[in-house]
Amino acid sequence: MKTPLLAIAGLKKSFDLKSVLRGIDLVVESGERVALMGANGAGKTTLLRILACLTEPSSGSARIDGWDIVRDAQQVRRLVGFVAHQPYLYDELTALENLLFFGKMYAVKDARERTEDLLRRVGLEKRARERAGVLSRGQVQRLSLARALLHAPRLLLLDEPDTGLDEEGHRLIEDVLAEHSAQGGAVLFTTHQLDRAMKLGDSLLMLSRGRLVFQEKTAGLELERMRQEYQEVFR
Amino acid sequence: MIFFEQVIAILWKDIRYELRSKQMWAGMGLFALLVLVIFNFAFDLRVDNRAAVAPGALWVSFVFASMLGLGRTIAAEREKGSMDRLLLCPVDRKAIYLAKLLGNMLFIGVVEIVALPIFAALFNVPLLLGPLLPIVLLGTLGIAAVGTLFSAMAAATRARELLLPILVFPLIVPIVIAAVRATGTLMVPVSNEPPWLGLMVAFDVIFLSISMLTFQYIVEE
Repeated sequence: MKTPLLAIAGLKKSFDLKSVLRGIDLVVESGERVALMGANGAGKTTLLRILACLTEPSSGSARIDGWDIVRDAQQVRRLVGFVAHQPYLYDELTALENLLFFGKMYAVKDARERTEDLLRRVGLEKRARERAGVLSRGQVQRLSLARALLHAPRLLLLDEPDTGLDEEGHRLIEDVLAEHSAQGGAVLFTTHQLDRAMKLGDSLLMLSRGRLVFQEKTAGLELERMRQEYQEVFR
Repeated sequence: MIFFEQVIAILWKDIRYELRSKQMWAGMGLFALLVLVIFNFAFDLRVDNRAAVAPGALWVSFVFASMLGLGRTIAAEREKGSMDRLLLCPVDRKAIYLAKLLGNMLFIGVVEIVALPIFAALFNVPLLLGPLLPIVLLGTLGIAAVGTLFSAMAAATRARELLLPILVFPLIVPIVIAAVRATGTLMVPVSNEPPWLGLMVAFDVIFLSISMLTFQYIVEE
């Protein structure tokens, strides 16, 4: 039987007495793109941080390509690319230096070539020698995306990847997601825009107060009906 | 091999970062010099008491200046997205500690190189660079080993500037005493002195081992 790329079972997370995730069950197959929606504080970012091995779950389990995110955290980190709210870049280093540095951290082979390719891919080749601290919000987001793609991860975790991006940037995200899933990788991304979620995702999840309250394939879903559903869920 | 490549990459990044931001070097250097100048004016340095006061003044200036720098390498990681930038990567946490330790030693070392000749001139004592070098190296390693670990702990709190010296000073007392006494022995040789260098080596080995083993649990949630 084929191992799913991401398998989450009964995942819970509490901070002190506050429960943020109250039992998440989810399976994501290779090539799948999953949109995760939810109000502020619903637990979307916490879920992504757990999958990126930045926070440990309180209970339950999650496996990425068969590797347990707690026991095999170092192996899981090699398989995950994460674009978070914070860009996870160094302001005083140039765009090129940032990617070369993270290339070393992920032990990427031919890091220089890969870095230059990715800078071209995200449209920053002319800004390669500028410090990350002087780049615009959208350019930082592009560079952050390049950082997440650097080690060719199997699972891409994108926390509101459209933030700060212009129209061209939105198309870049669409292309990257399409390419990644075509190459057999999976994507789990969060967004607050229902139309983007339905356009980019193969599946749509809605998270409310730490629980998955909606989980369906986007094919066949009507935007208007989903808008009503969305309002119902988050009312 | 990858371990050491990652150590060098993090160290190189920290050096480049500090060279560009220039926040730490100047502050640490100036602070060390000010402490030496203040000590020089505060004590009545006659020929007979100079050797008793000078080593203490030297090491107090090193320790105080170190405190300014020790918080920086980890605090720089904590800024803008915390240490997650590094923790996200499949890099051995011991490599992060080792790189931060080497970075701190380098930054403190630069301050010491600047401060030593000024110390010799102000206190009118011979520099004795050859025999002083192992004392300074072992003392700096001990201070940096403890300081790097506790700066990671303190960086997660709001009161990190206050917390770091409170945590570090009591722990480095043995190595500071050993360093002061070993430096003093160089100026005025005393018979039957304990093996201060041996004590410094033991301190460094113990705290380096403890720090390497515990760093992961301090930086990860």
